[in-house]
Amino acid sequence: MAETMQFDLVSPERSLMSAQVKSVQIPGADGDMTAMPNHAPLITTLRPGVLKVETDKGIEEFVVTGGFAELGEGLSVLAERAVPKADVDQATYEAMVDEAQAAYNQTKQTFKNEPGPVDDAAKLLADMVAVGTHIGLSPKQPSL
Amino acid sequence: MPSLKDLKTRIESVKSTRKITKAMQMVAAAKLRRAQDAAEMARPYTERFNAVMGALAASVGDSDSAPKLLSGTGKDDVHLLVVMTAERGLCGGFNANIAKLAKQKATELKAKGKTVKILTVGKKGRDAMKRDFGNLSVGHIDLSDVKRIGYADAQGIAKDILGRFDAGEFDVATIFYAKFVNVVSQIPTAQQVIPAAFDSPESGDAASNTLYDYEPDEEAILADLLPRGVATQIFAALLENGASEQGARMSAMDNATRNAGEMIEKLTIEYNRSRQAVITNELIEIISGAEAL
Repeated sequence: MAETMQFDLVSPERSLMSAQVKSVQIPGADGDMTAMPNHAPLITTLRPGVLKVETDKGIEEFVVTGGFAELGEGLSVLAERAVPKADVDQATYEAMVDEAQAAYNQTKQTFKNEPGPVDDAAKLLADMVAVGTHIGLSPKQPSL
Repeated sequence: MPSLKDLKTRIESVKSTRKITKAMQMVAAAKLRRAQDAAEMARPYTERFNAVMGALAASVGDSDSAPKLLSGTGKDDVHLLVVMTAERGLCGGFNANIAKLAKQKATELKAKGKTVKILTVGKKGRDAMKRDFGNLSVGHIDLSDVKRIGYADAQGIAKDILGRFDAGEFDVATIFYAKFVNVVSQIPTAQQVIPAAFDSPESGDAASNTLYDYEPDEEAILADLLPRGVATQIFAALLENGASEQGARMSAMDNATRNAGEMIEKLTIEYNRSRQAVITNELIEIISGAEAL
């Protein structure tokens, strides 16, 4: 049996998963990474994406919309919102994109001459849209 | 002395009141279980969050570039009191206790010459604060349409508060809510959320001494997480409040039901007495009538 580590996926509302896992693919803010047992301690923020968990029993996938991951003894992912991939249908996905779109529009209005926050919001929106392709739903086109 | 009919109607009305309070008690008990479960579910997130934030804050905390949400604005002239109460009454001293604590704090701060601003969440808190500090109110957030408190609600409140903070409307924010201990005891609590106060991680356990790599750098993470920290704390407070409210209502309604029972007993005794008195009276009349013949 391959080495395993403790993995916890919690959202503010509930704990979604707590198990021994072989590896977890994390959509980090600076790029995807795969965490395996005995990884160096690390804290990273998440971008909207798909979290791929590999256990002995197979692979489980979750759609997360942001939050952060803490890699220490084990891995804890604290997601703002996490949904099992199978539960995400076109409507939920579109609602998420709409939310990001609204946030983007608002940021654009608040910070007219500062590209920083607007770019961040645009990236968030783009990431959110990209999630659609990853999970096999037709991506909803954003208006940037 | 009330007539027999009066007594009978009163007994009936107390009986139906008892039915209502009994039903409310049972509803509260059911809701309490759900609220407690929700609070229980949220706990791991809050705990982990605070642990990570504590470690982060300790490593960035003292530098000059620390975000304002952590280090504060450098002043503490303007205080924002966020008073979180229930949307409904009939829950004993629950709302009153929170409002009392908030009022105490407000008076204290005013005596020190600080400016106080009040943001209320929940209708009952607004009503209670309006009487004495109505002119200090800067806003109200209504949750009466919310059946089940979700993280999104907390985010909404946090956004409102953070918006005000960014606009420089206040220096220190404190939230008021009731911590759930058990059904009979809920402790009104004041908790400072801005600047963020985390339990210091130097409590000696080895885990907190781990040196983490940060991706992106510490400050970017901190800037990303601090607003979430506010939302998380508010969410936890909302859930505690939800459980407390139901607990308080349950014990208040339990009391009310018991009181109604006692009252019915007393009224029934009085009713029986006066019924007996009427019968005796009639008998006396008949007998003395017969004797007169």
